[in-house]
Amino acid sequence: MTATQGTATERTGAGSTTEWETVVGLEVHCELATATKLFCGCRNAFGDEPNTNVCPVCLGLPGSLPVLNRQAVELAMRLGEALGCTVRPSLFHRKNYFYPDMPKDYQISQYDQPINVDGFLELPDGSRVGIERAHLEEDTGKSTHVGGGGRIHEADHSLVDYNRSGVPLVEIVSRPDVRSGEQARAYVNELRAVLLATGASDARMEEGSMRVDANVSVRPAGSATLGTRCEVKNLNSTRSLGRAIEYEARRQIDLLTAGERVVQQTRHWDEADGRTHVLRSKEEAFDYRYFPEPDLVPLVPDDAWRESVRQSLPVLPAERRRRLATATGAVPGEVAVVVERGLDELVLAALDAGGEAQRLLVHAEHDLAGEPADALDPAALAALTRMEVAGQLTATQAKAVLAELVASGGDPAEIARAKGFEAMGDDALAAAVDEIIAANPDAWGRYQGGDAKVTGFFVGQVMKATRGRADGKAVTRLLRERAGA
Amino acid sequence: MGERPNLAATEIAAAVRAGERRAADVVDEHLAVIRERDGEIHAFLTLMDEHARSAAEGIDRRVAAGEDPGPLAGVPVALKDNLCTRGVPTTCSSRILEHWRPPYDATVVSRLVAAGAVPIGKTNLDEFAMGSSTENSAFGPTRNPHDTGRVPGGSSGGSAAAVAAGFAPLGLGSDTGGSIRQPAGLCGVVGVKPTYGMVSRYGLVAFASSLDQIGPLAPTVADAAALLEVIAGHDPLDSTSIPGPAPALRASLDQGVDGLRVGVITELLGEGIAPDVRARVEAAADALAAAGAKVEEASVPAVGFGLSAYYLIAPAEASSNLARYDGVRYGLRVEAPTTGAMNVATRTAGFGPEVKRRIMMGSFVLSSGYYDAYYGKAQKVRTLIIRDFAAAYETFDLLVCPTTPTTAFPLGAKVSDPLAMYLSDVCTIPSNLSGDPAISVPFGRGDDGLPVGVQVLAPALGEAPMFRAAAVLEHAMAGAAGEGPSR
Repeated sequence: MTATQGTATERTGAGSTTEWETVVGLEVHCELATATKLFCGCRNAFGDEPNTNVCPVCLGLPGSLPVLNRQAVELAMRLGEALGCTVRPSLFHRKNYFYPDMPKDYQISQYDQPINVDGFLELPDGSRVGIERAHLEEDTGKSTHVGGGGRIHEADHSLVDYNRSGVPLVEIVSRPDVRSGEQARAYVNELRAVLLATGASDARMEEGSMRVDANVSVRPAGSATLGTRCEVKNLNSTRSLGRAIEYEARRQIDLLTAGERVVQQTRHWDEADGRTHVLRSKEEAFDYRYFPEPDLVPLVPDDAWRESVRQSLPVLPAERRRRLATATGAVPGEVAVVVERGLDELVLAALDAGGEAQRLLVHAEHDLAGEPADALDPAALAALTRMEVAGQLTATQAKAVLAELVASGGDPAEIARAKGFEAMGDDALAAAVDEIIAANPDAWGRYQGGDAKVTGFFVGQVMKATRGRADGKAVTRLLRERAGA
Repeated sequence: MGERPNLAATEIAAAVRAGERRAADVVDEHLAVIRERDGEIHAFLTLMDEHARSAAEGIDRRVAAGEDPGPLAGVPVALKDNLCTRGVPTTCSSRILEHWRPPYDATVVSRLVAAGAVPIGKTNLDEFAMGSSTENSAFGPTRNPHDTGRVPGGSSGGSAAAVAAGFAPLGLGSDTGGSIRQPAGLCGVVGVKPTYGMVSRYGLVAFASSLDQIGPLAPTVADAAALLEVIAGHDPLDSTSIPGPAPALRASLDQGVDGLRVGVITELLGEGIAPDVRARVEAAADALAAAGAKVEEASVPAVGFGLSAYYLIAPAEASSNLARYDGVRYGLRVEAPTTGAMNVATRTAGFGPEVKRRIMMGSFVLSSGYYDAYYGKAQKVRTLIIRDFAAAYETFDLLVCPTTPTTAFPLGAKVSDPLAMYLSDVCTIPSNLSGDPAISVPFGRGDDGLPVGVQVLAPALGEAPMFRAAAVLEHAMAGAAGEGPSR
């Protein structure tokens, strides 16, 4: 996936041309994959019967007090280290506002002294997005508004499930370094990969364990100052994220082009009509009256703890991409999918066993998707790619052999033999091609007349005649030769 | 004031453990006194008579079976009604929690029960512990057993009055700005605010979390020590709880103050302190000197700013702590068309005027644009107070000052003047801001014949010498009483 500069060109009334740049900062909330909640011993589990994982603490009953979960801190530290953050002593604050699914009517969060600051996330295209902070906080309960289309204002009544109340979250705040909807999607995908790699979160957007808000603004390309931003909420998939950013940037460019101003607002993305709608303006924004949470003590992880977290980190996706790219001679962006699928170790092992890099990458990217490739013997895979490069197997045949290797293992040469896959001699292939040309004079005429679309027809016919033993590339070459080139 | 029908708490416990007295009889005797006089005093909001009887019978069965029910076996305890009691109403003297029954016991309640004590009822307080006279209760004021035209102090006025009237040998209160010590002083009983973090706050309905501390009210220093030994000690459910076990206090109680350096805080003996109260503090200093302490004047300059800092910090925390009473999950709900309107209607109907005043003050001082000028500055003053106390404790082992500026004032005298009411906590507030322990001991009477309390202050975790000094003062008073009444 490549991130492009999100620019658009507009003609202003004066006839001059302004190039616009989209500027995006992302706030991602992730539920940490702890056994219990952030401040009590209740189970942290998705999908349980409503209001079964609750106690006086996460219900905010009078007299109850929070006690910080060590595992949540450790997972936040793991994420911080993985994002190259400075992991530092931190404080919890209370963020005060009224909401029916927030039992204490304040959220315990981190404010001006968060646990992780100043990191970055490297995307597959090599771009880096700065991470301002990744702090710990508690989740709220979950409201379901019954009747009136599911929005609170029109609902007949509302149900609240407090199982989610007090579930640990990290909020990861990026710097405004993202320049397009596509790059935002790449950022979220990469962040998810890091969350999974570190074991910090299962990062499922559809279950709400990963939630993304986007701060979007636009400015004339080359400008160093930021435009007025709008925060876009209700982004339930990376697809929504990309669409919402493109829409919102467009909306702002249209306003500015028409000589109007962008007003700082929180806006709600509507997936159905593909637009953003005003939720509240800056003037209506809450004053959260933050102050240090007196029920908790400062969080000061000692050096030994931080060091042990650092030591236990796995190799992260960016490093795995670099490693695989170096080994295969590709660029990191090209091997992103292979790393995402977790097939990089297999490819590296097959390379060590003498495999052919390009064929290995093609198989990993296209032929092993969704396959349980754990049992696949790297040496067998390597042998397969050598047979291909030696012209002993066509691409189609190799794919069939590979499927057999995944399913039951074995020796690729024997499987090929058993399937009757022998390399066709050049003469036999030429004869087959000539036969098909002779049988299809009209199509051949069109081919000779320069109609490239019939190439596929001829290749297909040759494949059929040879029962897939022909090499498509060789057929194409022969066709060109026969056409009198 | 009626005769106390019972022995001291420790004596009751000893008799019950030895099988010489039945816990059920002890409970019945106290319930009889309560029935006789609490109509007049109104110390209790809820009597736990059934609970108490059945608990007492359980203790008697254990004694009969040869078991030891614990150091407070069979001792009735009056619980301030902001301490959570499983299944028993816990109202904080507020309409907003009028019918709320907690599903859990506060840690102190569990520890009391584990030590064989018998919770006998829930006592009146100023709503959410905000006040100094117990007149801010939604369920009517408590009266001072020494003079029913006078207030018992507050906010733990119910527990202090209960102990003073002999309704219970022991009481628990909470102290945010003097709410144990001030009523103890006005009711003539011993009241202790332990070091912040010594007693778990789990299950104490929060007023101002960084200042709140639970502590004992008792007729004697030894009983207060016995109660503190039971409720203190680390609790994993309270993150601000100090690691380590409860201190041993009774073992060293009789060791006196010989050689201890005691400072009398000059800043708390001047303007605003009634001459008769000042005279009692000076007499207490003399008594400590007579017992061998080196007594000198001490200066803690920043205590003068304590009241101002307190009335920024405590309301700020309260405004947040009391946000949860929104009508959504428990307590009062006043129906309205929208959730927001329901929140407002519920809180308007459920909170009394003083609570509303403090929520508004607290919300204001935390508001963006005002935080630094008010809350931020108050925290700096708090740091100054901590520093000044620390400096004083380089020279002194203990400090002495009045508990209250005056003896108990008449009901209604300060209700319409919040500032005058706030001033009655001027001597107690500094210890909450510093987090250090303090004890109020009855030390004679004022010109009006009402009790005067003297405070002994100690550095953090200095409870043992603090209790020793309190015991010396108590002993000196007993001696003086033997020579004739001090009134």
